[in-house]
Amino acid sequence: MMALNRKDLLGLRGMTRAELEEILSTAEDMKSILLSDTKKASYLQGKSVVMLFYENSTRTRFSFEFAAKYLGAHTASVAVSSSSVAKGESLIDTGKTLQSMGVDVIVLRHPMSGAPHLLAKHVSASVINAGDGINEHPTQALLDMFTIRQKKGTLEGVKVAIIGDILHSRVARSNVWGLTTMGAEVRVAGPTTLMPPDIEKMGAKVFYRVEEAIKGADVVMGLRLQRERQQKGLLPSLREYTHLFGITQERMRLAKADALIMHPGPVNRGVEISSDLVDGEHSVINEQVTNGVAIRMALLYLLTRRNRDAVH
Amino acid sequence: MLCIKNGMVVDGISDVPYKADILIDKGKVIDIRENIEDAAEEVIDAAGKWVLPGLVDAHCHLREPGFEYKEDISSGTRSAAAGGFTSVACMANTNPVVDNGAMVNYIKSMAMVKGVVKVYPIAAVTKGQQGQELTEMRELKEAGAVALSDDGKPIMNPHLMKLALQYAKGLDMLIISHCEDLSLVGDGLMNEGYMSTVLGLKGITRAAEEVMVARDIILAEVLDAPIHIAHVSTKGSVELIRQAKRRGVKVTCETAPHYFSATDAWVDGYDTNAKVNPPLRTDEDVAAIKQGLKDGTIDIIATDHAPHHRDDKEVEYSLAANGISGFETAFSLAYTHLVETGVLSIQELVHKMSKGPADILKIDAGTIEIGKPADIIVVDLHRTYTVDVSKFYSKGKNSPFHGCTLKGKVMHTIVDGKVIMKNEKIIV
Repeated sequence: MMALNRKDLLGLRGMTRAELEEILSTAEDMKSILLSDTKKASYLQGKSVVMLFYENSTRTRFSFEFAAKYLGAHTASVAVSSSSVAKGESLIDTGKTLQSMGVDVIVLRHPMSGAPHLLAKHVSASVINAGDGINEHPTQALLDMFTIRQKKGTLEGVKVAIIGDILHSRVARSNVWGLTTMGAEVRVAGPTTLMPPDIEKMGAKVFYRVEEAIKGADVVMGLRLQRERQQKGLLPSLREYTHLFGITQERMRLAKADALIMHPGPVNRGVEISSDLVDGEHSVINEQVTNGVAIRMALLYLLTRRNRDAVH
Repeated sequence: MLCIKNGMVVDGISDVPYKADILIDKGKVIDIRENIEDAAEEVIDAAGKWVLPGLVDAHCHLREPGFEYKEDISSGTRSAAAGGFTSVACMANTNPVVDNGAMVNYIKSMAMVKGVVKVYPIAAVTKGQQGQELTEMRELKEAGAVALSDDGKPIMNPHLMKLALQYAKGLDMLIISHCEDLSLVGDGLMNEGYMSTVLGLKGITRAAEEVMVARDIILAEVLDAPIHIAHVSTKGSVELIRQAKRRGVKVTCETAPHYFSATDAWVDGYDTNAKVNPPLRTDEDVAAIKQGLKDGTIDIIATDHAPHHRDDKEVEYSLAANGISGFETAFSLAYTHLVETGVLSIQELVHKMSKGPADILKIDAGTIEIGKPADIIVVDLHRTYTVDVSKFYSKGKNSPFHGCTLKGKVMHTIVDGKVIMKNEKIIV
């Protein structure tokens, strides 16, 4: 099987079910490597992977870095401050510079939606989107899908409720694209001011009462609520948000008894989700992190395989 | 003497097109009739083609002075001529801003030296387009400004806008309003709707335009002052203007070709050439714009020609400049999307792109008449071609219509009896 034949991973929008299946099943194998004592494979030996981050991130950057290292790649990290995006060297020039140094894969995080698409057009290296503005965060959604599939055995028909600031969430967008392609039922819930227009046309069911979204769900996913949403007037207060949309023990009683608690992190404990749920028995938040490394190993493997096959 | 022979003439006055030859001498039309047997030194054979008044653009950006790397008066007027425009009114958002008589004179004299079509400067409403103090409108008018506009920057303060309309009315000057409520725009990047959700780009609510259109209509109505609304792009704006006209408000308006030829779906792939302000809207808006053109709510079509250098477009969508290089596709887009589809007749289209804008700006242009300046174009309405931005005379290659197949092509452009473009080639 070789469904994935792409130079880049820019988003889950437009990806086929076969492609997603291949990534998820490859990640199963990668997880075994990750959990083994040696944590070492040589699939990326001689390859260079650079983490080009225009936004602060620890978990995503380290996750990619470990994934690349476990597969034997050379790695480097470039942190560019967001404020220099407009003033400094252009993204295209930076990408071409890295490529000239022999970089095979550029992992890009950028505060502006569509930046990975721009870069991918101008470099022959593979580009992996590690989060672009409020557009997509495809590797996060893939690790969420991987986690759900491992726990529930399938994604087909699984009811996933995503709660919070959907408008500004690249995690939510990628999950809606990916999960609906895989046959899951995606519900989104949040304040009306934080709901993007016409998201139901993307295949999600929209709820403005959190209880209705959680009812009968197999998975309940919280999203980080940024404090600046209050300052910009999108919310009266975090307190009111928690009152209306906070994921609590009481509300979780409406979900299926074995429903999973997920969160892409970092968590605002007590704001979008209560601490007892974060640390509770249904929480898979830490496992999501482990699976994230496996997913990124799978993607690095699959995207560089394309080049390798061309050579041999 | 120059003779344009055997073409179908739309003269901008007669109700129906007719076949005639046009004889031109010393820059003026001296005869219009069939079979002119005169020994003109130069003959343009227009058999099978249409002879129209030179187009008049009420809204363009020539970028000089200050942004000559994007466009200058030499390249911009050649681009205009290539698109069939013989008169263009250029906006004041240059650097420095056209906000005093000397700047108006500077633009006019540069146009005399380097330009190949007639250039009419539009001056700013407020000093430096800062939205704080009014410009010296009398001086601007005497220097030759044809209208006033802070285009690109809305006048957010309603009190200042009221004063501007009031003061300009006293001088018989027209204000062209760029309707955009900046607080509603926020950090929005494209039309708010399904496509902004799909692309993860912050949306701009249509209310940002409509709230300002409504405000300006109310101010114009209260003051009984004229106002011209620039680049109408939404269904709601069309309806507001339609109702205002019924009440007798002195409002006129324009739309640009991209608002009836493209939608926000064109932004997909983060195509910065489709980034324009106001943003491309939806199919529903396109239909409303066409209806507005048909029923006369929308008086004219202006290009909003906004050339940019590739350095300003080959960047992240958020950082890219707004604007479309529009001169060289305007007529073909209008013909393809309005005449071929039955929205307008060819005479109606010609009116909206020549006599209509000339009347609004009080420019003596837009007709083919004996004794008048010979600003004339010859178009081939059967000609189908593919837009290739690399062939643009404009420095700005920023067009989302690159690669589109359009019908109706400007072949020859004549300004004051002088052939500027011959067989699609600028020859001056």
